[in-house]
Amino acid sequence: MIVQALAFYLFAAVAIASGVMVIAARNPVHSVLFLILAFFNAAGLFVLMGAEFIAMILVIVYVGAVAVLFLFVVMMLDINFVELRQGFLQYLPIGGLIGVILLVELLFVFASWAVLPDAGMLAAAPVPPAEAVSNTRALGRLLYTNYVYLFQASGMVLLVAMIGAIVLTLRSREGVRRQSISKQIGRKVEDSVEIKKVETGTGI
Amino acid sequence: MTSFEFSQILPALPEAFLAVAAMIVLMFGVFKGDSHSRAVGWLAVLVLAVTAALVLGSPVKTTTVTLNGLFVLDSFARFAKVLVILGSALALIISLGYVEREKFARPEYSVLFLLATLGMLMMLSANDLISLYVGLELQSLALYVTAAIRRDSLRATEAGLKYFVLGALSSGMLLYGASMIYGFAGTTTFVGLAKAFAGGEAPIGVIIGLAFVVAGLAFKISAVPFHMWTPDVYEGAPTSVTAFFATAPKVAAMGLLVRVLMGPFAELAGQWQQIVVFLSVASMLLGAFAAINQTNIKRLMAYSSIGHVGYMLVGLASANESGIRGVAVYLAIYLLANIGTFACILCMRVRGTMVEDISDLRGLSKTSPMLALAFGIFMFSMAGIPPLAGFFAKLYVFMAAIEAKLFILAIIGVLSSVVSAFYYLRIVKLIYFDEAADPFDKAIGGEMRWVLAGTSAFTLLFFVWPAPLVTGASWAAKALFPG
Repeated sequence: MIVQALAFYLFAAVAIASGVMVIAARNPVHSVLFLILAFFNAAGLFVLMGAEFIAMILVIVYVGAVAVLFLFVVMMLDINFVELRQGFLQYLPIGGLIGVILLVELLFVFASWAVLPDAGMLAAAPVPPAEAVSNTRALGRLLYTNYVYLFQASGMVLLVAMIGAIVLTLRSREGVRRQSISKQIGRKVEDSVEIKKVETGTGI
Repeated sequence: MTSFEFSQILPALPEAFLAVAAMIVLMFGVFKGDSHSRAVGWLAVLVLAVTAALVLGSPVKTTTVTLNGLFVLDSFARFAKVLVILGSALALIISLGYVEREKFARPEYSVLFLLATLGMLMMLSANDLISLYVGLELQSLALYVTAAIRRDSLRATEAGLKYFVLGALSSGMLLYGASMIYGFAGTTTFVGLAKAFAGGEAPIGVIIGLAFVVAGLAFKISAVPFHMWTPDVYEGAPTSVTAFFATAPKVAAMGLLVRVLMGPFAELAGQWQQIVVFLSVASMLLGAFAAINQTNIKRLMAYSSIGHVGYMLVGLASANESGIRGVAVYLAIYLLANIGTFACILCMRVRGTMVEDISDLRGLSKTSPMLALAFGIFMFSMAGIPPLAGFFAKLYVFMAAIEAKLFILAIIGVLSSVVSAFYYLRIVKLIYFDEAADPFDKAIGGEMRWVLAGTSAFTLLFFVWPAPLVTGASWAAKALFPG
């Protein structure tokens, strides 16, 4: 028990500290690396809660794909981050005000939030006992049966995203050299090599 | 866990067909290349026609909820789906020549239209907050890409980016609202939500969530104050894409808003009515006044569509059966008149280049009388001059508002439609009474002629035989008022 509590405080403290560092770090590459650290610690917290599937997804999807993509963006694009931050103090009062208003509204809302004692019984898909099935299996069972429509529909959304990415980036531009394999293979010796008789003493 | 049977897909057969057919068309387009864009376009039109036939000839006649309660097929969905498919098909037909002339013809253009239409059909059949969101995202994502499909044009790229950023913001608001509703009601299905609010009482969290959901959907129908993106996107996107934006997605989003408000939240009408009344009044007034100063015809059409959304919302604000019937009739007439107007705008070509200024229309009656006649019919109809179709559209929604005792709303509606008549009639004046400007190119293509003839005949002669549309609309409205 004590080990679990210690692990919780360790993960939580590191997650919060690295979250602060994400916005505080001067170097954007460091920010992204701190973001990855925050993801890892959040994954640790999920494991402590027994949600191992979400923990693994967090590591695979967020660390493996999203954060690496961020890293590429930060390193590839020539963005002047000092310039981006210039308006920060100027807009801080209005941004802070909106944030405080939203926070107060949320507090009002959640203060009146009451969960019915038997709310758990109303769930569309009740949670099976944890001993019986692992939560990966439980999620899979639901996703491929009750929610197969949404699963397929999400597939269509991803297809649109793929078509969109190709349509918007793949275009023929002038002055770009492309590899044409058939042209390379079709090349003959006569096209590229010319034999000239050089007479002695004259040069070409 | 439920066992899966094929009969569960049967109500969603048009969607399933459209999804598979869109992928086949995509494969065909990819292997044939850009030179076969026109063939791909006609193939996509054929796919849409078959989908419409499947919607109309579906063996499922009664209101059916299927796929674990995520999908509903009723007469309202069927009516709106036919409208959406018709709008997409006509928008695709009128854009075939345009994309070739403007040199951005690609097979993916038609495929994205098909996928956006699939998203709209899914929106119209949504019976759960999750299926609502997935359908909406599928539609929006395809539209963002089509807005920016002309990568070489700075304005189109800007329009696409602007649409994407603001659309993502609105999706975020919608999701935030949906999560609040789920948190307080404990369910996402529309049936469950309707049961939860059966007494007409709801916790404050649900009301806040509902406000966010309405705001998110108001973005998609571009109701004031969520309209900022509309003029810029309509102006920047290629005209054929704008023709699509102004028609089918508007019908789908409006249908979705009607379904959400009249379905699960019908008992909370007292709570959302004031929001809808505000959106309606603001949209009508802005649509009437902001359009007066416009010089670009596409911007003018953007403000005009904002105004029309306001009139449709009058019908929704009435929250009674005749109001919903009015919305359905309005959607159909708006759809066809807009397709026709954009077909006219696509004909605005002087010596091979597109022109977009209103002043370019001067004296059109002398240079191309038939085009001028069609343009005149659409403008008179949109201004709501009897006996053209647009008059009846407005008549039905205002009658519903009076029935619901929303007198002030009806009066503001009539007054703003008088103001908006000014800029519609100004175009008619330019076309018929001013000195002729440069004549437009005559070659407009056979399919364009047919679309113009069909839509203008419908708009002109609607009053002769209004029964099919009005019967269909009442049949659609009845589905939302059981018992």
